[in-house]
Amino acid sequence: MNHTISILCDDQPGVMTRISGLFSRRGFNIESLTVGHTEIPGKSRFTIVVKGDDNVLEQVRKQLQKVVHVIKVWDIKKAEAVEREHALMKIKVTPEVRSDVLQIITALQARIIDSSGSVWILEITGDTNSVNNAFNLLSDYNIIESIRTGKISLKRGEQVK
Amino acid sequence: MKDENSKGNVLTGADAVLQALKKEKTKIIFGYPGGATLPIYDKLDKYGIRHILCRHEQGGTHMADGYARATGKAGVCMATSGPGATNLVTGIATAFMDSSSLIAITGQVPREMIGNDAFQEVDITGITIPITKHNYLISEPEDLSDSIHEAFYLSTTGRKGPVLIDIPKDVLSSELKAPDKNHKKPVLEGYNPTIKGHSGQIKKAAILLRSAKQPLIISGGGVAGSGAEDALTSFARKYEIPVVATLMGKNGFPNTDRLYLGLIGYHGTAAGNNAVQKADVILAVGTRFGDRTTGPLGNFAPEARIIHIDIDPAEISKNITSFLPIVGDASQIINSISGHLDKEGITASKSEKEEWLNFLLKIKKDREKPADSSKLNIPLILERLKKIIPDPIMTTDVGRHQIFAAHHFPIDRKNSFITSGGLGTMGFGLPAAIGAKAGFPDDTVISINGDGSFLMCCQELVTAVEENLPIIAMVMKDQRLGMISQLQSAFYGERYNCCDLGKCVDFTKIAEGMGALGIRVEQPDEIEGAIKKAVASGRPTVIEFILHEQGNTYPMVTGSSLTDYIEE
Ligand SMILES: Cc1ncc(C[n+]2csc(CCOP(=O)(O)OP(=O)(O)O)c2C)c(N)n1
Repeated sequence: MNHTISILCDDQPGVMTRISGLFSRRGFNIESLTVGHTEIPGKSRFTIVVKGDDNVLEQVRKQLQKVVHVIKVWDIKKAEAVEREHALMKIKVTPEVRSDVLQIITALQARIIDSSGSVWILEITGDTNSVNNAFNLLSDYNIIESIRTGKISLKRGEQVK
Repeated sequence: MKDENSKGNVLTGADAVLQALKKEKTKIIFGYPGGATLPIYDKLDKYGIRHILCRHEQGGTHMADGYARATGKAGVCMATSGPGATNLVTGIATAFMDSSSLIAITGQVPREMIGNDAFQEVDITGITIPITKHNYLISEPEDLSDSIHEAFYLSTTGRKGPVLIDIPKDVLSSELKAPDKNHKKPVLEGYNPTIKGHSGQIKKAAILLRSAKQPLIISGGGVAGSGAEDALTSFARKYEIPVVATLMGKNGFPNTDRLYLGLIGYHGTAAGNNAVQKADVILAVGTRFGDRTTGPLGNFAPEARIIHIDIDPAEISKNITSFLPIVGDASQIINSISGHLDKEGITASKSEKEEWLNFLLKIKKDREKPADSSKLNIPLILERLKKIIPDPIMTTDVGRHQIFAAHHFPIDRKNSFITSGGLGTMGFGLPAAIGAKAGFPDDTVISINGDGSFLMCCQELVTAVEENLPIIAMVMKDQRLGMISQLQSAFYGERYNCCDLGKCVDFTKIAEGMGALGIRVEQPDEIEGAIKKAVASGRPTVIEFILHEQGNTYPMVTGSSLTDYIEE
């Protein structure tokens, strides 16, 4: 089972190593990890998707909380939060498949952000399921390379606790 | 002679380090110099902090660790960059596993060279992330003071642990722009240890204990860590609850008390392990339920509802799912539980509780027998030692002798049994004893050593001699890696591969060669004289005890639960 963890931490050198190292050292499996600055100067936020049961989640949370630079850790339940993932996909579009691919792109609400000859780069945004879906639908075509950001997530409403 | 480094009275980063150490009341640094730390050494004499020159940086870490465990204050060690820093790793990990307040200061190559594989550059903060509570790579001299105070604060509060501060050489030698920074109590947004236990949980604990017919207390290392020995002792005595200990928790409760049943776990006593497996309510204080303590996890304490007190929330239900967790400082929590019980009384029947206690005390008593005095053996040596020096500070190495010491040398004094429990670091005993002696110069400090372990840090005898720290090292010479041979005999068909240490080592000559006193003991009737001679000499002494038999340590759990043990 996958859990989403949100971490607010000091933006200090090495904090990435402290956090990711903790996962590998304690045998927790990271499905995805994103990190970036926040509205608070000097603070970063990680969204980490971790695989494991509730006990694993509890240990992850507590061990993370012990990292001195970690200020707060949230276990984000799907229902209480919005989540997004971003993907870029480079795909070869020959004339025979062009209209099919265009149809899929429209259905997915994806965008073509670059077109160099017969190679397009698509931008896909949505929750993890929709991005998975996009990859599934396009897997029959000639994907040259792709990248996903991993999930970012925020709790709904005013309450940050 | 050229003196490029004389800056007259200019204050530098090195001054900031030493001023901060001074403000933290550091009396001793256990260190070994090198190029990157020379700016500190250059200024050391101005600050009146004693420097004890270890003979290997690993020894320095164990000394600082032993000092910390014996005194309850932070122990400080220092090493240069590169190999000096990597030599600290085993000692830092040892302190980490046993939650000991170790401060490690390392020199680093100058800032502009970091990342270039400069001479003696090593990423010691990277290496030590998993084995420190926190660590720092200092980038500005002005950060030194705050970081060092933070390091002490982190190391000595909450769940204690080692903190490393890595300082580039040029940070140490450059001028301080804001020298007189007044330090405030560090504020760390992400670090707020819970001290006061949850009152609802405390109440529930009292309710559980009130009706417990077969209650038991497990004393873990956190009892001493919290300074909760007195609280625990009066609590156990008042409600007549038997006490068992983990190896680290031996310090938590007077071992000569009739309620004390000894160690539990892999090498637990019959009374101790039976108590755990049959208890209905267990009050576990400051233990992380390590695998040496629990044996096979699924079968640990099957009848018990466990109340688990720990300062570290991450220890709750990490290994053993507790019925009732209470996070906070052990001493306060025990006192609060006691307050509730005082008011509300005990509801379990007196006779049932007595029956339980008597059942356990009988198991204990049935196994009490004087050591075999017909030939030299470790229990006999410890028995005689106890008669001559009842209350020493004792340190140990790792192996059979360590388990013997835990079983056969009862201690009543706080912080007086110092051993590497979590990491099991051979070579810990001698330097830890030297560190403890530096903290308590007027006390007798004994290290119980294995002949394998002793050789791992024996160079520190020189430190003891040069620094006039007369410890007594008692080396149990069985000419083998005893614990390994015991495992080979129990689980590997008596195929004793590579555990024979040979005959060539003469520990008395090692002692003499390093300026210490060496005494050999071959017969039981020589034990007493040797110990007395060592004490009277006032010199660091190695007593070599020649043991002629296999001498395994029992009980030993060989099966699937703690009561699945063999006794011989
Ligand atoms: C640094 C280190 N290396 C290896 C071990 C594995 N080990 C555990 S006990 C032991 C034997 C210790 O022998 P000795 O010090 O002679 O003590 P004895 O068991 O004979 O009392 C060994 C090799 C260890 N604990 N630490």
